[in-house]
Amino acid sequence: MAEIKKAAEVKHPANPVHGSLQVADSFNNELTTLNLGPTHPATHGIFQNILQMDGEKIVSGVPTIGYIHRAFEKIAERRPFYQITPLTDRMNYCSAPINNMGWWMTVEKLLGVKTPKRADYIRVIAMELARIADHLICNSILGVDTGAFTGFLYVFQEREKIYEIYEEICGSRLTTNMGRIGGMERDLSPAAIAKLRTFLKDFPKVWAEFETMFNRNRIFMDRTQNVGPITAERALNYGFTGPNLRAAGVDYDVRVMNPYSSYQDFEFDIPVGSNGDTYDRFMVRNEEVWQSLRIINQALDNLPEGPFHADAPEYYLPAKQQVYRNMEALIYHFKIVMGEIEAPVGEVYHSVEGGNGELGFYLISDGGRTPYRLHFRRPCYIYYQAYPEMVVGTSLSDAIVILSSMNVIAGELDA
Amino acid sequence: MAELTNQAVLERLQSKFGAFISDVEEPYGLLTITTTRDQIIPMLEFLHADQDLQMNFLTTMCGIHYPSNKDKELGLIYHVHSLVHNVRLRIKIFFPISDPVVPTATGLYAAANWMEREAFDFYGIKFEGHPNLIRILNVEDMDYHPMLRHYPLEDGTREDKVDLFFGR
Repeated sequence: MAEIKKAAEVKHPANPVHGSLQVADSFNNELTTLNLGPTHPATHGIFQNILQMDGEKIVSGVPTIGYIHRAFEKIAERRPFYQITPLTDRMNYCSAPINNMGWWMTVEKLLGVKTPKRADYIRVIAMELARIADHLICNSILGVDTGAFTGFLYVFQEREKIYEIYEEICGSRLTTNMGRIGGMERDLSPAAIAKLRTFLKDFPKVWAEFETMFNRNRIFMDRTQNVGPITAERALNYGFTGPNLRAAGVDYDVRVMNPYSSYQDFEFDIPVGSNGDTYDRFMVRNEEVWQSLRIINQALDNLPEGPFHADAPEYYLPAKQQVYRNMEALIYHFKIVMGEIEAPVGEVYHSVEGGNGELGFYLISDGGRTPYRLHFRRPCYIYYQAYPEMVVGTSLSDAIVILSSMNVIAGELDA
Repeated sequence: MAELTNQAVLERLQSKFGAFISDVEEPYGLLTITTTRDQIIPMLEFLHADQDLQMNFLTTMCGIHYPSNKDKELGLIYHVHSLVHNVRLRIKIFFPISDPVVPTATGLYAAANWMEREAFDFYGIKFEGHPNLIRILNVEDMDYHPMLRHYPLEDGTREDKVDLFFGR
């Protein structure tokens, strides 16, 4: 795959920013092949890029992916609906609750289950916390890759607090497996609300400090501005979604375009960038964290009274106490655990705004206990294709920064 | 600007590809049509270029396998989205497993590159004109296409996993 060519024979694609490369006088007129990954500390995940380097400049890049491919789409064809959520946890593991909720909403759409407002609001809180955790990791890692380690360690404490809130909501931290068909597994406990309130009070100070450290930092700006830009047109052609697309100036956000889980009740802004470069991607994520905080505050202040799950006993796993005392609950518990819920024949596509873009679930049901086909639209699988085009003509250190700013999560890339 | 409805999209498409559109459905509000593999690229190009529709975003595409549909065993499902009008469209094509060749959409959508490689990897669908049609998620020396329905997930020789009561 990787062969050494005379530099003069290589056709250099023109890069919109850096122009065509001047390579004629490089040492021995040869290109160097560099394996960036699969296990490189700067790729933040297991995937490989085979780069052809002319000195410090990148001439071409070939990504190789699939190192942690676990065949989720195949496995899902053998699993009842309740057993598919753990698979979704392991896609974008930085924001697992969004994946979980997206999957529940897909199933609810198929089954025709209507969730009560309280469940919607709790879901929104969980999803926005996940978005903060996701953006926080992406942006602070971008800082690490430009040489600023402090911000990363500082905000990671806050991620720990988010994970503690997850624990109060669902009992687990990283792979959350949160929620049920029709709502949540339990109501927001007083402890969860207390932790949320503390988080909402403390986190803005931390995030403001993080922003102070980076936003107008001369070194950081020099490292990121005009690095890895992509035009809106190219981004759309490459199927970009999420912060990466918005950084290029397209205001597409699934939460606004096709509101789900009562997102229409909340007031928030969609930040967009203009150049689509690394700095814009960073800034869009920064601002989205503030907007997520706004949404959580609104959801918590206006949390409706009422049930936290739909009245759909044939789909909603009953409380364990009920199973021991109540015949119907016992029967439904058995049927649900054995995957004997009745699903209609049909096909449904549902998408949510995931941590890094439109996370879609395309479910085809033939009426059996498992999906006939389940396809995940994984946003970073689709936009990572643009990486070679974005790095050609830049230097190796820029390529690392571009990779971080794209927020490529290996679990979601490979599924 | 008047709101674009599924009905309007369908009429616009039928005026151009009338004879090639079949099985029009609307499951959960998403317009779904079936066409032939010769027409898929012209149709995507038309949707991309048409000023009224502006369906120029390929959300996703995936393969599918129905072993019992004679001569239509394999299929591809495209989801396109008009970001301007917020209307989605699902286009399906079906073709025999003995002749799994489909024209590529990479000329129109850069995003189709890896999606098609995935469909090739999983189902063995060959895309004519694809610049680099090799496996993407599975290892290169794999000699079968694992998402085809006749490859069971479990080891076929194991009997302790046979579930007589609940099936697959």
